[in-house]
Amino acid sequence: MNAMLRQLGGIALFVAVVACIPLFTKSGVVLNFVMMALYAALLAQAWNILGGFGGQFSFGHALFFGTGAYIQAMAQLQGGLNPWLALVLAVSGSAAIGLMVGALTFRYGLKGSYFALVTLAFAEVFRILALSVPFTGAGVGLMIPLAESFANMQFASRKGYLYLILGFVSAALLVTWWLKHSRFGAYLQAVRDNEDAARAVGVNPFTVKLGAIGLSSALMGAGGAFYVQVFQYIDPGIAFGPGTSVEALVAAIVGGIGTLWGPVLGAVVLHVLADITRNLFGQLPGINMVIYGVVLVLIVMFLPRGIAGLGATVKSLFSKKGKP
Amino acid sequence: MTSALLSINGLSRSFGGLKAVQNVSLSVPTGSLTALIGPNGAGKTTLFALMSGFLKPDSGSVHFDGADITGRAPHINAVNGMTRTFQIVQPFASQTVRENIAVGAHLHVKSRPTALLEAERIAAQVGLLKQIDQPAGELTVAGRKRLELARALATQPRLLLLDEVLAGLNPQEIAEMMPVVRGIADSGITVLMIEHVMQAVMNLAAHVWVLAQGQLIAEGSPNEVTSNEKVVEAYLGHGTAARLRAAELGKARA
Repeated sequence: MNAMLRQLGGIALFVAVVACIPLFTKSGVVLNFVMMALYAALLAQAWNILGGFGGQFSFGHALFFGTGAYIQAMAQLQGGLNPWLALVLAVSGSAAIGLMVGALTFRYGLKGSYFALVTLAFAEVFRILALSVPFTGAGVGLMIPLAESFANMQFASRKGYLYLILGFVSAALLVTWWLKHSRFGAYLQAVRDNEDAARAVGVNPFTVKLGAIGLSSALMGAGGAFYVQVFQYIDPGIAFGPGTSVEALVAAIVGGIGTLWGPVLGAVVLHVLADITRNLFGQLPGINMVIYGVVLVLIVMFLPRGIAGLGATVKSLFSKKGKP
Repeated sequence: MTSALLSINGLSRSFGGLKAVQNVSLSVPTGSLTALIGPNGAGKTTLFALMSGFLKPDSGSVHFDGADITGRAPHINAVNGMTRTFQIVQPFASQTVRENIAVGAHLHVKSRPTALLEAERIAAQVGLLKQIDQPAGELTVAGRKRLELARALATQPRLLLLDEVLAGLNPQEIAEMMPVVRGIADSGITVLMIEHVMQAVMNLAAHVWVLAQGQLIAEGSPNEVTSNEKVVEAYLGHGTAARLRAAELGKARA
């Protein structure tokens, strides 16, 4: 009970501190950094719900990101909807796609690398579809006309976007917190750790995993919608390409999967690293992916519990030395 | 006469050419503590899997509390009051003992704090209170067996299927565990156990079924089945019963 309230307090403190950043600086560079780190955190948190808590490693989370992004763009361009309404559609549409993919894969008990491959394949199918059909603008992509106003979910300064993404990240933190302190979360982790044992005590793995992919893809869709609002542009490569999938899973694994703060930590650390390398190596395209790869290998080898699990990893090292 | 809580009728299941379970029928009376024994590879665990829904039978039927549950998914059986444990213990290794047991408790309790509290009560019942905040992965074999039992117990089952909860324990641990199983049965839960430890079967079970090569070869009280020739031969090999009889006859004459 205490841990519940303490973590809730931690979330409130985090939101309050980040919300205060724009009060102290008007620097576009700083605000942009915070905004992009939060955006990466959201993707990692979304991935963490299914991958970290559910143990279902998706390599194609861009599928849900892209679905959210395209719905956000198309609802405005072709549906003439207000972006806030479009956001609702984007989030629920991504969740619907998530549930569909989940129903198809979990129905047949796909796990591990098979699940990873199928999600990757789904994302690629959607990328090629988006390249081919006219209403997604094919290879040219879709552009949202610039019209900065709150009602239009477009902001003149980075500050507005920062608060928007902070809202999404808080929602993701609350969902994760709920997973740590609810029956659904307990069932999800039980299915991750041992599906047969979970079934024996009355857990239906199918519905539990379906719930997880629904939540995960909804948040990923919010990330896609945010991307469209910030950059006013989306194309098939950005939407459904492997880049976003990799970013989401690397940040979550580096930070510590199955934890509340891991994905946020991982996103911040990777963004700091990416910024440093960008300054060192100039605009070498793809250098951040190289860094991600190296960091991922190091973390998997030496810190299997990620940055958030640093304390526990060190502790277990010492206790192993203690007992020969 | 007491009614049967679980009854199976002509249950069969094969894996390729191997007939793991052949035409097995038995019924477990409500409130009883009974045992299923048999040599290694007799099909006992397969039979458990068929009863609890982890495997679907090729033919035959399973009835629980009067309802036909043949091939019904295990989680639905657990909801209806039949829970099994695993011979090869299956803890949620990354979670603490308390969290492990709470997963079982959640079957009837939605609130997380209540389930965690309930876990503590069950842990005390099986003697795991000291280890309650340890990660399940760090428990000893005896501890893991207790955890299997606790997690199943937390679902408040009417029928508990225990798959070798005493296997791998030392005599001291077995002696500690036996009263726990007895206590569960005394609390009104029907218990069917697979067991190799004959000391436990003799002490605990009111009725014993013997399975060998997928077939039921004997049943009765523990004393009846252990003196049954077919059972002795199933365990010790063909012709053993005759040789033992001859040896005893010789001893008596001498």
